[in-house]
Amino acid sequence: MRLLQRPTRNLFFTGKGGVGKTSTSCAVAVALADSGKAVLLVSTDPASNLDEIFDIALKSSPTPIPAVTRLHAMNVDPEAAAIAYRERVVGPYRNLLPADAVASIEEQLSGACTVEIAAFDEFAKLLGDANLTAAYDHIVFDTAPTGHTLRLLALPAAWTEFIGTSAAGTSCLGPLQGMIEQRELYLSAVQALCDASQTTMVLVSRPEMPALEEAERTSAELASIGVRNQLLVLNGMFEAQDPADGVAAAMQRFAEQAVADMPTGIATLPRTTIPLKPAQVLGIEALRGFFAPTQKTPTVVASPASPKRLPGLDALVDELQLDGGGLVMTMGKGGVGKTTIAARIAVELARRGHSVHLTTTDPAAHIAAAVVDLPRNLTIGEINPALEVARYRAEVMATTGAKLDASGLALLQEDLSSPCTEEIAVFQAFARTVAKASNGIVVIDTAPTGHTILLLDAAQSFHREVMRQAKSVTDSVRNLLPRLRDPTFTRIVLCTLAEATPVHEAASLQADLRRAAIEPYAWVINQSLVPLKVSDPVLVARRSQESRYIDEVTCTHARRVFMVAWQATIAAGITRPSAPILETA
Amino acid sequence: MNTIEIYDPAQCCATGACSPDADDELAQFASSLEWLKECGVSVSRYNLGHQPAAFVQNAMVKRTIGEDGVACLPLIVADGKVVSKGRYPSRSELVAHVGLAVETVGATGTATKKSCCG
Repeated sequence: MRLLQRPTRNLFFTGKGGVGKTSTSCAVAVALADSGKAVLLVSTDPASNLDEIFDIALKSSPTPIPAVTRLHAMNVDPEAAAIAYRERVVGPYRNLLPADAVASIEEQLSGACTVEIAAFDEFAKLLGDANLTAAYDHIVFDTAPTGHTLRLLALPAAWTEFIGTSAAGTSCLGPLQGMIEQRELYLSAVQALCDASQTTMVLVSRPEMPALEEAERTSAELASIGVRNQLLVLNGMFEAQDPADGVAAAMQRFAEQAVADMPTGIATLPRTTIPLKPAQVLGIEALRGFFAPTQKTPTVVASPASPKRLPGLDALVDELQLDGGGLVMTMGKGGVGKTTIAARIAVELARRGHSVHLTTTDPAAHIAAAVVDLPRNLTIGEINPALEVARYRAEVMATTGAKLDASGLALLQEDLSSPCTEEIAVFQAFARTVAKASNGIVVIDTAPTGHTILLLDAAQSFHREVMRQAKSVTDSVRNLLPRLRDPTFTRIVLCTLAEATPVHEAASLQADLRRAAIEPYAWVINQSLVPLKVSDPVLVARRSQESRYIDEVTCTHARRVFMVAWQATIAAGITRPSAPILETA
Repeated sequence: MNTIEIYDPAQCCATGACSPDADDELAQFASSLEWLKECGVSVSRYNLGHQPAAFVQNAMVKRTIGEDGVACLPLIVADGKVVSKGRYPSRSELVAHVGLAVETVGATGTATKKSCCG
């Protein structure tokens, strides 16, 4: 087990939602404690999965895990840390400034950047404060700061009087205000992260191409700021046991193909492979068996509950009732298949005689090649985030950048590498596309978050006065928010998988949209095994596991819920133009 | 003594890099302020999101925002008087506000450095 040979003091696990960071990090923490080391496990899982895994209520301070000697665990909730930070900034002004001013400050501090910085603040305390962690041989973190956060913190301009005094201002560093006194702590935390003898960065991925590509990007980004001690964990490798099960055979081929096509950037990293589990990893015994091969004859679940089968996309399209015009947006975190769902909805609508324009973040040619019998009344366009961001960056650097000195320029450049910037850049293209939806149906696989929409709203009310001036928001931007809020015009489809993390991420997207007074229309549970005929014991067990998440979605999150079956080529994304991904039926 | 203070609405950054609406206007305004500084004007700029204290410490600003709400931002204060509310003035307006003697201000509001400092 590469992961457990000569482990460093700090172990960070990174990877996108649903790849198994929490299970893997818990299993490593338990294994290290069992080997005689004192271990502190730090989880940032807002859904507090850890409570369930260890069957104990965790707190924000280290709590002993009764079943594992030498193991302590604690929960750090970055959202709660961000809220606490926001309150520190806003609280003193609550009675001094009018409500709308207080609300506008709060929204400013509600972005992803604030959450990232607040989470880093918690990490830094654990990495940098010796008194807090002296009792432990290892600290295991189930998540890791992003390259963007680390680069920001390493910039000298982040810590000078530049903040607040320069006309060029701050941005992602806004949240750092009032933390200047912690500079030493932050810098030593960044140093510890870059020190290979102290810290290992564990990249966790599923054997699926989009997840591996994301792991490669993360790996390169971390390496470029000096975090080079990296390991790859390939979680969920599947080996079919029942030769008669066609789904199992396809799933195995699919995973093997992804591993064979491993992106070069991560192909040479030391690698640990974990087999696909028949069930969610819960309890100490499951964690102790985590690195063991999957049993050839898994324990048969006593009369597995048959999960509810929900209607498919054709039923969703029947219900949409878009009369000649309107907007359908698919939303969801990476890896849940929102592009494929958008493409399938567009094709279904076109086949019903509507005139449809599909815009995706995948190249239009790939989509066109992937659709069997492309309907004539379907047109396809694309928003290329990389192009939009590059164009936007060049524009800002040429105007604002021209007036800055070297340190200011470095900060502006980093601002322009933030997730917010990508969202803003894509937003422009998005607004143009949405404007088309009054003349026909537009289906789009990307959508601004509630935070961006609220920022837009603030900008808009501020621009109302300026409207008479030529330089102002364009019509497409001005009309956007009322359109997104109009349930007869816009249908938002939230995409998820029947697994813990993707469901919680979709729920938090929904909460974010509701903050902007936008109500999602329906949820789609993608890549489900429920509609499929499976006999492989691992897959049978996994299918029955879907029940609780399907119930969670139908009971607590959404009234309209639809289901799409797992399909090898669909899970692969639309990057392979040769594979027909859309059903002809 | 010419002083000008700018009280900005809460915004991600004064560069406009994070604004939903790629903002030439903000960049232009920032450049006008730089130009005023070069002309010897004392320029201070406060962002509601990052420096709320400044909005509370100045009684006049606090009163205006209490009466008009955030719609009054950006609020421009020149030599202790509110001279503009709710929008970013052009360069020529700024020049008028701080009472600089300017010989020629072009149609676009761009004056040469010499014309203001000379």
